[in-house]
Amino acid sequence: MPEPMLEVSGITVRYSGLPVLREASVRVEEGQTVAVVGSNGAGKSTLLKAIMGAARTGPEGSIKFLGQEIKGLPTERIVRRGLIYVPEDRKLFKPLPVEENLLLGAFVVSDEAAKRRSLEYVYELFPRLRERRAQPAGSLSGGEQQMVAIGRGLMSDPKLLILDEPSLGLAPLMVSEVFQTVGRLQKEGRTVILVEQNVLEALEMADYAYVVQTGRIRHQGTSRELLDSDVVQKAFLGGV
Amino acid sequence: METLLIELLKSLVSGLLMGMVFALVALGLTIIFGVMDIVNFAHGEFLMFGMYTTLLVSPLMGVDPLLSLPVCGVVGAALGMVCYFGVVRFLLRGPMVAQLLGTFGLMLALRNLALLFMGSEPRLVKSGVLVGRSLVLGPGVVLESTKLAAAVLSIVSFVFVWWLIRRTKTGMALTATSLDKEGARYMGISTERMNALAWALGGASVAIAGGLLVNFWPVEPNVGLLFTMIAFATVALGGFGSIQGAFAAGILIGMIVYIPPVWDAATSFAGVDAPTIHGFKYTFVYLIYFLIMVLRPQGLFGWKQ
Repeated sequence: MPEPMLEVSGITVRYSGLPVLREASVRVEEGQTVAVVGSNGAGKSTLLKAIMGAARTGPEGSIKFLGQEIKGLPTERIVRRGLIYVPEDRKLFKPLPVEENLLLGAFVVSDEAAKRRSLEYVYELFPRLRERRAQPAGSLSGGEQQMVAIGRGLMSDPKLLILDEPSLGLAPLMVSEVFQTVGRLQKEGRTVILVEQNVLEALEMADYAYVVQTGRIRHQGTSRELLDSDVVQKAFLGGV
Repeated sequence: METLLIELLKSLVSGLLMGMVFALVALGLTIIFGVMDIVNFAHGEFLMFGMYTTLLVSPLMGVDPLLSLPVCGVVGAALGMVCYFGVVRFLLRGPMVAQLLGTFGLMLALRNLALLFMGSEPRLVKSGVLVGRSLVLGPGVVLESTKLAAAVLSIVSFVFVWWLIRRTKTGMALTATSLDKEGARYMGISTERMNALAWALGGASVAIAGGLLVNFWPVEPNVGLLFTMIAFATVALGGFGSIQGAFAAGILIGMIVYIPPVWDAATSFAGVDAPTIHGFKYTFVYLIYFLIMVLRPQGLFGWKQ
């Protein structure tokens, strides 16, 4: 088996003593799209925040990125290693223009030419952002704001991109646009962790998937296996 | 009529100059608030440290008080960082009230430290290229060099801070931190470092203001209180966290301070037997502060951006 890009083994996160995520283990290989699905409050975001150093993990387990331990590092150091997180509430800098938001996404990039290339790439990916480049990010529609968030996440050409519920709260048309974007990133050979409540779409897109329920990873497998499995059919897809 | 005109002109000029000094004093407060949403009650004590720095350093090094300003900047930045890493960083984990009482405690500690080492008598810088010199603009309208230099350096400081925030990468990181800390960390920005930088910048700017002020304003351990209050009024008026707002509001407050003397001159000119009110000049500042808080709490220029 090749060395995985990200290997989370047996981490636990507690909020005021109560475990909200128990002994979670996740493996992501280069070029893969890995889906993490589960219902609201199951612990998906906690898992991601733990990876990003934004949720305090218990002493047990380890998180290895490109072979190196990143558990316990501050978020900004993890970001500098090429692991980028696009949070579900987007965390845009709302009063700043779209373009400044995007450029902040390349804060860790010192090569100016690379920065301009990334900006061109993002504008090509989302032409609407080019039109709106001078507008305050907060004045955009929900879907456009999500484009800014994803575009900003791509500005540093990340090694691993984590998208946390990118389709949350968007109109159906925008949802399909978001999934199209993920599809394109996939074709470009990017490594993506996709967290979704739209279980069916996420599974159809992903190579491998984890199902999180009540703070534990209950199931995992290739998307095909999970789509065919009874548990997933029953729990998420309304099958019998 | 002529005396009234002169009084008016004099007040206008003095108000403008003092206003720029007030603005410089408020600059650090608004930077720290802008980045961290923390109100630093020890702000005036930072100013007092800057004043003592010039007072002590210039005779010690045998240089003009003006040349001691870089030392003030370094001392202020160091003081800001020590306060941040030693105290404020821990207050962030607590509730809002911990931050208020924490910086209040800082104020008392710094004040008593000064009392312990410097004594309580007021002191003033008595020599230097600026002291005692002035520029006469007309009969009765005199620009004291000390105040003129302070005003010019205030403008320089504002331009520098504006440039830093709007035109540099560090400034972008500061802005991002002030808007959304968690978001900034996901960009790879060390918000901890930005907080420390805000305290260093805030400390340096107010200590430089102190170094300028001590050329015409005596320093004693309690001198900070008046300036903390004025800085609060300035920042409230300009909008908490707003740099341009602090500059405009500082000048406005400088002008307000000179309303009472003009009023006195006007009543005596008109021959009205009204009581003089020039002793109440700061009352007007606080009255404006109060009105702003009640009527337009976001300040004239809005919060932050």
